[in-house]
Amino acid sequence: MDQQAILEKLKTLLPEAIKGSADRYGQLEVQVERLKIAEVVKALRDDPEVGFNLLIDIVSVDYSNYPGWTGDRFGVIYHLKSLGLGHRAWLKVTTPEEEPSVPTISHLYGNADWLEREAFDQMGIRFAHHPNLKRILNHHEFVGHPLRKDYPITRRQWLSANESLMDEMNARLNKKGYV
Amino acid sequence: MGMTGETFPAITTRKDAVVAWGQKNSLWPMPFGTACCAIEFMGVAASVFDIARFGAELVRFSPRQSDLLLVAGTVTFKQAPILKQIYEQMCEPKWVISMGVCASSGGFYNNYCTVQGIDQIIPVDVYISGCPPRPEAILQAVLKLQHKIENPNTTPPAQFKVKEPTFDY
Repeated sequence: MDQQAILEKLKTLLPEAIKGSADRYGQLEVQVERLKIAEVVKALRDDPEVGFNLLIDIVSVDYSNYPGWTGDRFGVIYHLKSLGLGHRAWLKVTTPEEEPSVPTISHLYGNADWLEREAFDQMGIRFAHHPNLKRILNHHEFVGHPLRKDYPITRRQWLSANESLMDEMNARLNKKGYV
Repeated sequence: MGMTGETFPAITTRKDAVVAWGQKNSLWPMPFGTACCAIEFMGVAASVFDIARFGAELVRFSPRQSDLLLVAGTVTFKQAPILKQIYEQMCEPKWVISMGVCASSGGFYNNYCTVQGIDQIIPVDVYISGCPPRPEAILQAVLKLQHKIENPNTTPPAQFKVKEPTFDY
């Protein structure tokens, strides 16, 4: 499907969730209502004509120094692709500085679990109903979110002791039935 | 020692000199490899450069069996307690080589997550510059460490002394 066909399909599926769309360097960008993002992703994944069965990446953006930007401070961009049909799209939501919260899609894509944890760790986006939203790259004694524009890049924080990570291990053992 | 014509088949020396001679020629390195410098260390251990010529070829991956910790690569703050624990697990006597600019000074990772030199965590005997260093530089570091083991209380010899660079901006 080309860009226009994907957009038309999405407008028939969930018309109230679409805020706008754009052509970004030859790819479709759809601006989505923040609280509807999980429904939109699920609809696009399960629709047989669109069939976005691969979540490529989740990117978080701090627009506080962005030239000409007047919207909310933080953006979260979902890159989706259909492996069988070959087309792609970006979904973009924005979230305000006071309450940077976006519904999780970790129940729809397995890799969204760690991608959302990375966005939380580096940018401070809270993903509502995520099963284990804790830091993934920085250590657990780290204070602040280093990729925010107001974090000084050379502010370094020492770690006293590593965490055991057994909470994640026990969850996986339980899931696989080894306990 | 066993040469023809000798009447008395023995030599005299000091005990610490014999011990140091044995230590410097049988360094067992443990590579703490976290980045591309560890790949370069494989080249040093392989046949072209062959660190075995200097007696340091027996690479152990346990800190309890090795006496030379070779920190090769970037050390983050998340990795720092692990490096300190591994250093403390090594038995005395032990030496540390900091390989590459990332381990020595943080390198170009002047940011929020990288330790700006492992000497903030553990004592370092020899630093190697380079990103990554050439294998010859690692061999020179081993030679320098051997000299240090042999002469524990002396300053480095003149060939290892580098004039402090001056920058006129």
